[in-house]
Amino acid sequence: MSSPRPILLKGGRLLCPASGLDKTGDLLLAKGRVEAVGGKITPPKNARVIDCAGLVVAPGFIDVHVHLREPGHEYKETIASGTRAAAAGGFTAVCCMPNTEPVNDSAAVTEQILERAAKEGSARVYPIGAISPGLEGKALTQMAELKQAGCVAVTDDGHPVSDSRLLRRAMEYAAGFDLPVICHSEDLALSAGGAMHEGPTATRLGLPGIPAQAEVSAVERDLALAGLTGARVHIAHISCAGSMEALKRAKAAGWAVSGETAPHYLALCDEDVGQYDTHRKMNPPLRSAADRKAVRRGLKAGVIEAVATDHAPHSVLEKELEFGLAAFGVTGLETSLGILLELVEGGLLTLPQAVERLTAGPARLLGLPGGSLASGGPADVCVFDPAAPWTVDPDKMLSLSKNTPFAGRTLPGRAKLTICGGRVTHQLKERA
Amino acid sequence: MSLSRRNLLGLEGIAAQEISHILDTAESLKEISFRPIRKVPTLRGKTIVHFFYEASTRTRTSFELAAKRLSADTVSLSASTSSLTKGETLIDTAKNLLAMSPDCIVMRHSQSGAPHLLAKHIPCSIINAGDGAHEHPTQGLLDMLTIRQAKGRLDGLKVSIIGDITHSRVARSDIIGLNTMGSQVTVFGPRTLLPPAVETLGVAVAGSMEEAVSDADVIIMLRVQQERLTDVLFPTLREYAQRFGLGLGQMKAAKKDVVVMHPGPINRGVEMAPEVADGPWSLILDQVANGVAVRMALLYLLIGPEAA
Repeated sequence: MSSPRPILLKGGRLLCPASGLDKTGDLLLAKGRVEAVGGKITPPKNARVIDCAGLVVAPGFIDVHVHLREPGHEYKETIASGTRAAAAGGFTAVCCMPNTEPVNDSAAVTEQILERAAKEGSARVYPIGAISPGLEGKALTQMAELKQAGCVAVTDDGHPVSDSRLLRRAMEYAAGFDLPVICHSEDLALSAGGAMHEGPTATRLGLPGIPAQAEVSAVERDLALAGLTGARVHIAHISCAGSMEALKRAKAAGWAVSGETAPHYLALCDEDVGQYDTHRKMNPPLRSAADRKAVRRGLKAGVIEAVATDHAPHSVLEKELEFGLAAFGVTGLETSLGILLELVEGGLLTLPQAVERLTAGPARLLGLPGGSLASGGPADVCVFDPAAPWTVDPDKMLSLSKNTPFAGRTLPGRAKLTICGGRVTHQLKERA
Repeated sequence: MSLSRRNLLGLEGIAAQEISHILDTAESLKEISFRPIRKVPTLRGKTIVHFFYEASTRTRTSFELAAKRLSADTVSLSASTSSLTKGETLIDTAKNLLAMSPDCIVMRHSQSGAPHLLAKHIPCSIINAGDGAHEHPTQGLLDMLTIRQAKGRLDGLKVSIIGDITHSRVARSDIIGLNTMGSQVTVFGPRTLLPPAVETLGVAVAGSMEEAVSDADVIIMLRVQQERLTDVLFPTLREYAQRFGLGLGQMKAAKKDVVVMHPGPINRGVEMAPEVADGPWSLILDQVANGVAVRMALLYLLIGPEAA
């Protein structure tokens, strides 16, 4: 492939939390790399010059928790459509979960995903391999080979390993190859049959509840095993106060642990299920308003170091159903920045903090390249307007699935231009 | 006067005035059931579909009688005969039914919120005949009618609801309706059968069976769903009957003019002793008779000549 033309982003607010840079200036991208950062840069002869005055020029966003659904569930999402949605949301890299069909539990599947992503992807794709073959929680996958094939972590995600002994072995073994273990922490016996957060709204709606303790007790176990094994353990989608506090204690103990939360836990709570809105059904479920407050606090304090969308596309076949029968999961790639900008507007995060949780934070916890505007680093950039309100319209979204929990919500801003490896992967069409 | 709504999905959000109007209408229609010819032409030419995704004998029979006494045409679909078992979605089945132009769909479903889903997609009247553990609004109305007849009022009465509150749609509709009408509701049952944050429904929780019984003007006993036994929600039926059942011993603590109700079917000897079910305080058979009247009233108000 030929190298794209150099791009000079002129006069934007260069915001790179990794280096502490926050200053108006130019950014030059060439040969897929950041060529020069800051000040006034004279464009090379053949460069494409883009005026970024009034816009924020940030590192491309990284999402460590995405379901691309391919192979196996291409009617919900494909690698092509999912990464297009990612680019539209300002993302230049996504980590895809292994619950495909077949499960990504072998190098062959990992290679297939990477091959497809290289051909059709609009973002970097980092596969995450399974902990156990078929996500069955019975044995260990060949993690060394998975890593060699390109997996950046392992997880059984929505099928958490119940057997503590097996999970211990997984952590020990993975640690030997410096492979982080991601835990969807859930006590399956305690959550069994539940459809939403256990609390007043579930009681009002007559829906079986999932207590926050089903998450907290599993987070405590998973963190205890991190302490036991010394493995790098990352807690997925923290939704409640108890999990956040547990993570804080584990970090204070010096364990190699980290955590993410998702935009919906920051923006919504159990009351928003309203009258059985299946687009507000996900696992873990939307928690209480007090939990939301604690998760926001944990994100601001950096206890939770990343926002990951848990982008989980489902078609109407899984969502236009009775609430109890509908699938868990919502999309998130195209609304994540907007939700964080809401928190910035509300004074709950600073803009540099919001950008950090989408860039340097996730890059650090899985050891991924990018996440900064450092000279010589990958030319992955998101240019966004923090003050250009838009209303979420599912029909206009690029994901194949329309199960966003934010339909009709007006968000403060969004990505205008996304550049991945020096190539433009998304450019917002301006309406006259 | 008609109702300001097309559907009855639950008693949540229904004002006291509307409830009174439904009960008054039921009262006035009740005598039809005691005429020599128990039929009026009010709903002639109207079509009602009874759409029962979950087994039901008494509620469906009650709805069918109500429709027939008003001369409506009825069609019945149950889970075993419907295409539910053939993998069709609820919305598809309903759209097919709609193509046959019914005026009203009466629906029973094991999933909470199923009628709400239907109402989003279907432009005919929908009456919820019980959805999961959510609501059973016609039962709530017939219970209120029964209480009003026995006590002359609802406002200021103390009503105790005893048993499995968690899984009971009857309990939710009773609690919501009675609260709207100014009654004070107390619940009691094993802690495993009280829903989380039950007080947010607007009820007090009694500390003992004696407390639940002694203060009450009305006692509503709920059915023990035997299938719950597999979920280990209480140890044995024996201990349940002893600690949470209503027998003659417990009735000694009750007020002299207390009345006792049960939505049926009763597990005699479990939640209620036979002597209590058949005793002078029992309104159980009045509930059944009032069920037909309340359902006639709703059909009349929702799809009758005066309906919007």
